[in-house]
Amino acid sequence: MGTYIVRRILQMIPVILGATFLIFAMVFALPGDPVAGKCGERPCSAAYRAAFIEKYNLDDPLPIQYGKYVVNLAKGDLGTTASDTPVADQLKLRVPVTGKLALMAVAFEALVGILAGVLTGIRKGGFLDNLVLVSTLVLISIPIFVIGNVAQLYLGVKFGLFPVTVTSSNPTFYELLLPALVLGSLSVAYVARLMRTNLVENLRSDYVRTAISKGLTKRRAYGLHALRNSLIPVVTFIGFDFGALLGGAVVTEGIFNIPGVGGYIFRAIRVRDGASVVGSVTFLVIVYLVVNLLVDLLYGLLDPRISHD
Amino acid sequence: MSTATDTTTSGHTYTPKDGVLLEVDDLFVEFHTRDGVATAINGVSFELRQGESLAILGESGSGKSVTAQAIMGILDMPPAVIPQGHIRYCGEDLLTMPEEQRRKTRGPEISMIFQDALSSLNPVFPVGWQIAEMFRVHRGMNKSDALEQAVRLMERVQIPAARDRVKAYPHQFSGGMRQRIMIAMAIALDPAVLIADEPTTALDVTVQAQIMALLEELQEERQMGLILITHDLGVVADVADRIAVMYSGRLVEKAEVLDLYASPGHPYTRGLLESIPRLDQKGQTLAAIGGLPPNLMNIPPGCPFNPRCRMAQDICRTDRPALREVAPGRLSACHFAEEVIDA
Repeated sequence: MGTYIVRRILQMIPVILGATFLIFAMVFALPGDPVAGKCGERPCSAAYRAAFIEKYNLDDPLPIQYGKYVVNLAKGDLGTTASDTPVADQLKLRVPVTGKLALMAVAFEALVGILAGVLTGIRKGGFLDNLVLVSTLVLISIPIFVIGNVAQLYLGVKFGLFPVTVTSSNPTFYELLLPALVLGSLSVAYVARLMRTNLVENLRSDYVRTAISKGLTKRRAYGLHALRNSLIPVVTFIGFDFGALLGGAVVTEGIFNIPGVGGYIFRAIRVRDGASVVGSVTFLVIVYLVVNLLVDLLYGLLDPRISHD
Repeated sequence: MSTATDTTTSGHTYTPKDGVLLEVDDLFVEFHTRDGVATAINGVSFELRQGESLAILGESGSGKSVTAQAIMGILDMPPAVIPQGHIRYCGEDLLTMPEEQRRKTRGPEISMIFQDALSSLNPVFPVGWQIAEMFRVHRGMNKSDALEQAVRLMERVQIPAARDRVKAYPHQFSGGMRQRIMIAMAIALDPAVLIADEPTTALDVTVQAQIMALLEELQEERQMGLILITHDLGVVADVADRIAVMYSGRLVEKAEVLDLYASPGHPYTRGLLESIPRLDQKGQTLAAIGGLPPNLMNIPPGCPFNPRCRMAQDICRTDRPALREVAPGRLSACHFAEEVIDA
């Protein structure tokens, strides 16, 4: 177990290097003058321009620039933004907001998705089953910016059931509720379908037949024996999804004006704040890798056939 | 009636009448599918007495497993339908019994082991937990007492270092050990009837013999009625008292095991016996029964075996032979049973 974790952490290093290099190269390749627009409506002074180029090593070729960045990264420095604040400080403000939103979205998708999957799995072909199959298909087919804007327009603006946008830098549960439902809507459909498929398959399995022939009640045979096995891939999926959601939901945060990581990256790309983009994406890559490792360890706990020795 | 061994926990709710435990009476099982109705069991009758071993023999699709599942009540209904017939356990018809009452017979009264122990055991629970579940659900025993019973059962079925392995998972055992665990689970509540559905098919030959020996030993120790379902004639000879041969959902022959081996009373049984490879016929072509079993959705008129039968006459193609007594204690469903026996 210990050696497995160490091995996995060592494997993360090339992944982090590769991912940061890619994002670094993409920002480097962005057309246009990196200093443009940094000084309002007038051109920047020569001194400012020189300082800016010096600060981000813009005169160096790409490999050298990247090398200097990685050296700083290894020291724990994610870089400073164009407006001279550390990227890490910006993230510290925004990660809790995104974390809260991601937790709420994951709670929604787990609760509703598993419940819908179980109810449809044990009554395959019934009315509820068809209803869920059709509605999840609709959810999966509609892009999130449509769902988000429609939900905001109807539930927020027209019916006034939810706040239209987030106004504070520390949003409340209620303010994040609609965004979380929108954010989790795609995954809830996947979770429901995954749960249903797994349960249907496991209900036909030999060990459920054994459970029935042991004289267990249907409730116990299905609710314990079949469900326990069916949950393994579902829990794994939810874990990975949580990792992805922690990376911020650029579209959803944009629609609802949420001051999270996604919105931060979105604005940084728009104003060509390369340091903020590279710094926060690097952070997200690390978060995603760590969550992945945790999910893999959880998988080993859930399924005794998986061994991490 | 229950014997007092160290793993016995209590007696039975039901008492057999005149030693008869189980009575299958004119049983029909149909599968209603989109393509039509397949008659998997077509008027099967037999009985099982206390301490008796009955082997049900037949090839794939003959209905032997379906018979076992119908007795156990684990057929998927639908698509399976039981349009007529009775399955009586100690005189009580299991088919008309309320489900809750019938559920309580599974385990303490009638129990079953399956062909593939790996897929039949739940992969995510320790084996000891799965055995202990019998005591917890049926006897309301607490966790540690139930686990203690599980250890004793694992010792009884000769699993080495049972106490250390009680928390191990099914995939950590060999095939033979897993089947022993299935057996431990099945005999946990000292059932009166044990159904073994091809218990050794998935195992090595040497392990097969050990498992059969264990089943025989347990059956004698507990005076269980044992129904052994198999397609392997070699497995049957040592363990079974009586043999019932099934073909296309019907019983075609019933006999004492020695009589049947000495002189089969149905051409199908004879074909099966001739198809056993023998050391003294090394190098010769193995006798096989030509053709395939009939489609259960479209069973030919007359004797269902007639298209494959070497002795078939005109009457076999038109008249369905009834199962009749052809010699004392022997039943055969063949128009020419007497000639087959004498041949």
